[in-house]
Amino acid sequence: MTDIPFDAVPERLSSEPSYLEEHTITSWLFTKDHKRIGILFATSITFFFFIGGAAATLMRLELVTPYANFLSPDEYNRLFTLHGIVMVWFFLIPSIPTVMGNFLIPMMIGARDVAFPRLNILSWWVFTIGASFTVYSLIAGGVDTGWTFYTPFSTMFSNSHVFAAAAGVFITGFSTIATGVNFITTIHTGRTEGMTWFRLPLFVWAIYAVSVVMVLATPVLASALLMIMCERMLHLPIFNPDTGGDPLLFQHIFWFYSHPAVYIMVLPAMGVVSEIIACFARRTIFGYRFMVYAMIGIAAIGFFVWGHHMFVAGQSNYASLVFSFLSFIVAVPSAIKVFNWTASLYRGRITFEAPMLYALGFVGLFTIGGLTGLFVAMIPIDVHVTDTYFVIAHFHYIMVGGSVSAFFGGLHYWWPKATGRLYHEGAARLAAIMMFFGFNFTFFPQFIMGYAGMPRRYEIYPPVFQIWHVLSSAGASVLAVAYFMPLFYLGWSLFYGERSPPNPWRATGLEWKTPSPPPKENFLVPPRVEHGPYFYHAEQDPGDLTEIDTGR
Amino acid sequence: MNQLFPFPPEASLESRGVDMLYFAMVGVSFLIIVIVFGLIVIFAWRYRAGSAALRTRLPAFFSREVEIGWTLATLLAFLGIFAWAAGARQVHFAPPENALNIRVVAKQWMWKFEHPSGAREIDALHLPMGVPVRLNMTSQDVIHSFYVPAFREKQDVLPDRIVTLWFTPTELGTFPIRCAEYCGTDHSLMDGEVVVVTPAEYARWSERNGDRGLPASGAQRFAALGCAACHAARSGIAPRLAGLFGSRVRLEGNRTVVADDAYLERSILDPRADIAKGYLPVMPSYRGVASSEDVSALIAYIKSLRAGGKP
Repeated sequence: MTDIPFDAVPERLSSEPSYLEEHTITSWLFTKDHKRIGILFATSITFFFFIGGAAATLMRLELVTPYANFLSPDEYNRLFTLHGIVMVWFFLIPSIPTVMGNFLIPMMIGARDVAFPRLNILSWWVFTIGASFTVYSLIAGGVDTGWTFYTPFSTMFSNSHVFAAAAGVFITGFSTIATGVNFITTIHTGRTEGMTWFRLPLFVWAIYAVSVVMVLATPVLASALLMIMCERMLHLPIFNPDTGGDPLLFQHIFWFYSHPAVYIMVLPAMGVVSEIIACFARRTIFGYRFMVYAMIGIAAIGFFVWGHHMFVAGQSNYASLVFSFLSFIVAVPSAIKVFNWTASLYRGRITFEAPMLYALGFVGLFTIGGLTGLFVAMIPIDVHVTDTYFVIAHFHYIMVGGSVSAFFGGLHYWWPKATGRLYHEGAARLAAIMMFFGFNFTFFPQFIMGYAGMPRRYEIYPPVFQIWHVLSSAGASVLAVAYFMPLFYLGWSLFYGERSPPNPWRATGLEWKTPSPPPKENFLVPPRVEHGPYFYHAEQDPGDLTEIDTGR
Repeated sequence: MNQLFPFPPEASLESRGVDMLYFAMVGVSFLIIVIVFGLIVIFAWRYRAGSAALRTRLPAFFSREVEIGWTLATLLAFLGIFAWAAGARQVHFAPPENALNIRVVAKQWMWKFEHPSGAREIDALHLPMGVPVRLNMTSQDVIHSFYVPAFREKQDVLPDRIVTLWFTPTELGTFPIRCAEYCGTDHSLMDGEVVVVTPAEYARWSERNGDRGLPASGAQRFAALGCAACHAARSGIAPRLAGLFGSRVRLEGNRTVVADDAYLERSILDPRADIAKGYLPVMPSYRGVASSEDVSALIAYIKSLRAGGKP
């Protein structure tokens, strides 16, 4: 490899058969190729994205009027539970790590595959088995506990399929742990010559940080779910107050996992957006090293803020103060990242292809989500708005406005690499713009309703809120159209799209130095790395090939 | 209430402070959003591909100085906001001594309230304006959450303990109560209303609906439930109850607690939570044995026992 970042792929490599060559079903289901496993996960989570989306659509339709229309209260309760469980555990948590992480991490560090290819395909099978338990619980009649499974409701009062749903999430957790272990090992051992830690693309750092969180946090969720299953099936008195159990204990264990889980959803998104912004601004990421430190800081401090979900739950006032304080501390690195993305545009040479529109949308929506996070970190405000639509709006800004925007950004950015095809740029830009406006249209009204006292998980609500619910539902219909659009133009591209060159965006990064779609082994000769990531300034100043400043 | 912006009125002493914090934060956020979005738009325009803007590299020191600068600035700003919010909450830590104690029992899907006079109501709560109120709440089944948007107050109600919430209503009128913690099928219908009246009106209402014989009825229940066996004047097995209410009780583990309504209720339903110093933890829990009415009557009875009296 030379220092010129956009050089052509060696002839020899272009004639290698691509990873998509074999067409048998078993060649997919039992593959050990990280790229194919990424595609398998993409198929699974797309299925669940539309299941979870369908549940949300039915809820938004029902909420157009303040009365119960076509859903009974029990049906409504099952729908929001389904929406939460599916979107959190079967879409958001696996989304970027298992799809883009699997597809890209080995290529980005110059490796032929992940460290444990068999464990990698096992991870997909475990996910599928876990998911089938959850699908069974849905077909059998659903679950009505909310995705949070709060005790004693879930263990002693609910008459729904709690066991199957909890077992599904429990099993899927092992898939998450396997993926995390695999990525950590791969990034430690698989880096090619010259790929030092501070030459890693920020996406690799993000996946590294998130893998550590996955490996440390998921076992705690598993223990919480196991206790629920034991109390429900074996009547072990763990949370049952009649036998001296403590229902609040469950919330502590659950949120000890579920707050870091928020970072499992958002850290990979930060990685994706960093890659895209650098590429389309044709400029290195401002403060690269600080971006790395910020992600490590978020991953570490994220473990110590779970109590901010419990300000009104009955925990000690003093504990609440400490959790409030730590929540402000964990917000600092997130703010720094927003400043750095913005500063990366400074003196750039910016173009606005679809991935860039998604990435800029991410920065805007993540900023609003983060700022409202400060509101709910303040105890007096949280006492009023927790368990209202304000909180719903806040976490959707982070998870949907943030993570899902980044997922679509990454999907468009790496689509030509994965499929070898280009898509219709105009349609993609339109979908990105509609997603941004549809999203705000759906969720901004929920901030207003929430502060006015509209509680969450209400099918029948005070008529005074109707106008805001109607607005929100109207926005959701725009959002639904925007989410369906990629299904069509990307589906079209898969069969009829123009063939993509190896590096359609003229991006840096090793994944672009191999054909699109890549050959089975990624690289014939392991590439050698001689400078840091985002080497875009060479394009603007061809004489300047000095080591890039990564902000020591 | 404005139909388009249905913000609830500020009807408690606490609500004004919450709104001030909230609107100050809306202002701060608006400012930050204007700066961040403004910079993105300005950079996107000025540095669009093909524009004639200057694009030379930044000096090497630049990135580090800027990073340290805005990290410290953000940290200080956040600590300032935390201190403000924490200070506002600190005031709310200790319940006022002269508060009106009301027992609240939540169950799927209703709210039951019991006043000191023995007056009982369901899904409605009469309160005097300007008097601090302390709710001692427990649940008979799942977790619920007592939420009055107009008071900006909310507290989860747990089945295994007595949780307290206190506030001071400052406006006359009726204000909705909602259940804010998902509790099953009819969660969204588990509502009620707070009726705030003048103290004189409350006194009349509470008298009219009260139960003058509550302490006497408590004495009967005290005998019927077998409390007297251990709490008799010179039994030595259990602490004396005469003069207990309002006194400071020394507990095992070197704690002391004021014997208020919540303490009495906790001692009946969950006796092992606080063991009086020098006594063995032999009292069984009366949860599920003593009804909610029993507990109210027993508390009224214990309150009526002056120091030096019988049990």
